[in-house]
Amino acid sequence: MKTSTMAVQIGVRRDATGAMSFPIYQNATFSHPAFGQSTGYDYSRSGNPTRKILEEGIAQLDGGVRGFAYSSGMAAITSLLLLFKQGDHLVVTEDLYGGTFRVIDKVFVKHGLSATYVDTCDSNAVNRAIRENTRAILLEVPTNPLLKVADVRKISGIARGRGVLTIVDNTFMTPYLMRPLDLGADAVVYSATKFIAGHNDVLAGLVTVKNEELGNRIYFVQNSVGAVLGPQDCWLVIRGLKTLSVRIDRQLENARTIAEWLSRCAAVKKVYYPGLETDPGHRLLKGQARGGGAMVSFEVADRGIAEAVLKKVRLISFAESLGGVETLITYPAFQTHSDMEPKERERMGINDRLLRLSVGIEDAGDLLDDLCQALYGVEENR
Amino acid sequence: MKIGTKILHTGNEIDPTTGAVSVPIFNAATFRQTSVDACGPYDYSRSGNPTRNALEEIIANLEGGVKGFAFSSGMAAISSVFLLFSPGDHIVACEDVYGGAYRVLNKLFSRLGIESTFVDFTDIGKIREAVRPNTRALYLETPSNPLLKITDLRAVSTLARERGLLGIIDNTFMTPYLQRQIGYGMDIVIHSATKYLGGHSDLVAGLAVAADGKIAGQIKFIQNAFGAVLGPHDSWLLMRGIKTLKARMDMHQRGAAKLAEWLQGRPEVKEVLFPGLSGHPGRAIHESQADGPGGIVSFRLQTEEMTKKFLGRVRLPVLGVSLGGVESIISYPVTMSHAGMHPDHRKRVGITEDLVRLSVGIEDPDDLIEDLESALG
Repeated sequence: MKTSTMAVQIGVRRDATGAMSFPIYQNATFSHPAFGQSTGYDYSRSGNPTRKILEEGIAQLDGGVRGFAYSSGMAAITSLLLLFKQGDHLVVTEDLYGGTFRVIDKVFVKHGLSATYVDTCDSNAVNRAIRENTRAILLEVPTNPLLKVADVRKISGIARGRGVLTIVDNTFMTPYLMRPLDLGADAVVYSATKFIAGHNDVLAGLVTVKNEELGNRIYFVQNSVGAVLGPQDCWLVIRGLKTLSVRIDRQLENARTIAEWLSRCAAVKKVYYPGLETDPGHRLLKGQARGGGAMVSFEVADRGIAEAVLKKVRLISFAESLGGVETLITYPAFQTHSDMEPKERERMGINDRLLRLSVGIEDAGDLLDDLCQALYGVEENR
Repeated sequence: MKIGTKILHTGNEIDPTTGAVSVPIFNAATFRQTSVDACGPYDYSRSGNPTRNALEEIIANLEGGVKGFAFSSGMAAISSVFLLFSPGDHIVACEDVYGGAYRVLNKLFSRLGIESTFVDFTDIGKIREAVRPNTRALYLETPSNPLLKITDLRAVSTLARERGLLGIIDNTFMTPYLQRQIGYGMDIVIHSATKYLGGHSDLVAGLAVAADGKIAGQIKFIQNAFGAVLGPHDSWLLMRGIKTLKARMDMHQRGAAKLAEWLQGRPEVKEVLFPGLSGHPGRAIHESQADGPGGIVSFRLQTEEMTKKFLGRVRLPVLGVSLGGVESIISYPVTMSHAGMHPDHRKRVGITEDLVRLSVGIEDPDDLIEDLESALG
């Protein structure tokens, strides 16, 4: 079955009343039918029927054996990091989401974990960074905000050979465009707040895994720490997933149109979009994903222009986050990646000239008009 | 203002824009910004959400702390607070602590190099003996779960201050309506708000309140970085639950007192654990620091066999985990709330096969007595 079909069918035929939309079990505890017996549900932190539909749904979409839902993308990532112990080492994509960097650098390093940040587009660099105590490689594909593409197959192969887990943050691609477990990854993590839910109206995180043993370890942490997603929010994520394919198709088309237009703009120095044939990550991404996604980053000539664009956009909202039906623009150096060392940021290209667009499903012409007036002051120029 | 009134009128329960007397549910992930230099009051819901913030201010106000934090579960609140510590740090915790807190300390935080020792908190000498040079915090429940033992909050706070330790208390059983520990010198108050604060067994939530700005800043950092936050819908449900806290709690206590007295008179019952009973060893201390005994009654039947038979026969209280809801819930701690605890540890502290924990709901107490009577007989 195709991903788009599976996504639409989540929760259908699962409720005893025949309800097409699975009910919201706004419930904390479950009555035991008799002493020593259980319905399979005891306490909603340990398992909730609405959450289970979502967890099984995302596992199926990813081709995994088990899924887990968390109260935010960061709660999902933190819960995964809690699998490790003092002395363990991680290899991590260098230009990754600032929140992931922060929790590793400011929380887990204090707890005795260490991390090496590498350019994961270079599989050899990843291989060289693996040490005896390395337990996992954490990849973002494409990276945030520079949209660089790592070779998931190759890196998973290297990791497996060295007894290291491969974890892929698939927030930007979603299972509709890429299925990292099929490419050899052991676990996939999502900020489901973004494309998965798709409406900028819910915070959520998801994890999927390829094997039961890892699944059991992740479940232990999910249940013990309890950073679980509430039933109403689970239902909103399920509702969002139903339109995953139509949203992404449209977002992708718009993103491509915008990336092409930006590439022709004199005011724009550089465009990062792996959906463009000229992008260095294009070929690799084509080999492992079904499309370039809906994130487009671009660099303007100076900070003044970047700030002017943020001030002048009318249709596009200046806000953090991404992946929703509405187009958003972000200033990564000062918003999503503000926790990184300025020098490090600059070296990687996350500078004060860089803007990141999350392209929505508005009419592409209206979006271009807005970008044009924000860059040049007039719409007609385009 | 009396606490019962404060529960309804903390000052932030009204939406400033429309005057709506119920705070709106902001199902928003992100917030539009107007300036590059200065962020608006909200930027991303993990960092702050208006519905969640209203709840956080209410709990801070009720507990008398400087700042409140809402989490996706009681365990998420507890785990987020434990994340304040570093490898090599040591925590002294009360020995009959909630099984989930015991599990996370023993199986998870121990891997990150945080050590813990569990002692009987009714004995201040034992706590003092357990404190080491690397001890950073005392972690307790009073009354404790499920044995309803009472810790002397003034003595513990004095010890904590003398030795420079953080005092962390789980106030789930009492709620701020009955006990406000920041006044007794505690630094962090935690709740499984799933229980009495939510009160309807219809949501899973956790809260933490910091007594001062420094601790508040540390918890805020973890809450935002870890992101185990409570969603807006559940935040709203919790505020709705808090509105009836006094009315519910008054009835829970009345029912619990009646049931405890009644149980004490039954030959099948070996022991009743309830801080409102005159024979309870911690009663005087409890009465000096709390405004009521709460709604939880634990008791032991004569034999394990009798206990299991009894649990198989109760009809009105729901057999299940959790507590604090309007409906009575009866639990078997050994296999339910304290299944995460090592069997030897359970045995040592007295969480044994003859023990039952009853969360007395707001049904008519006579109906509950009638049901328990037929289950015993």
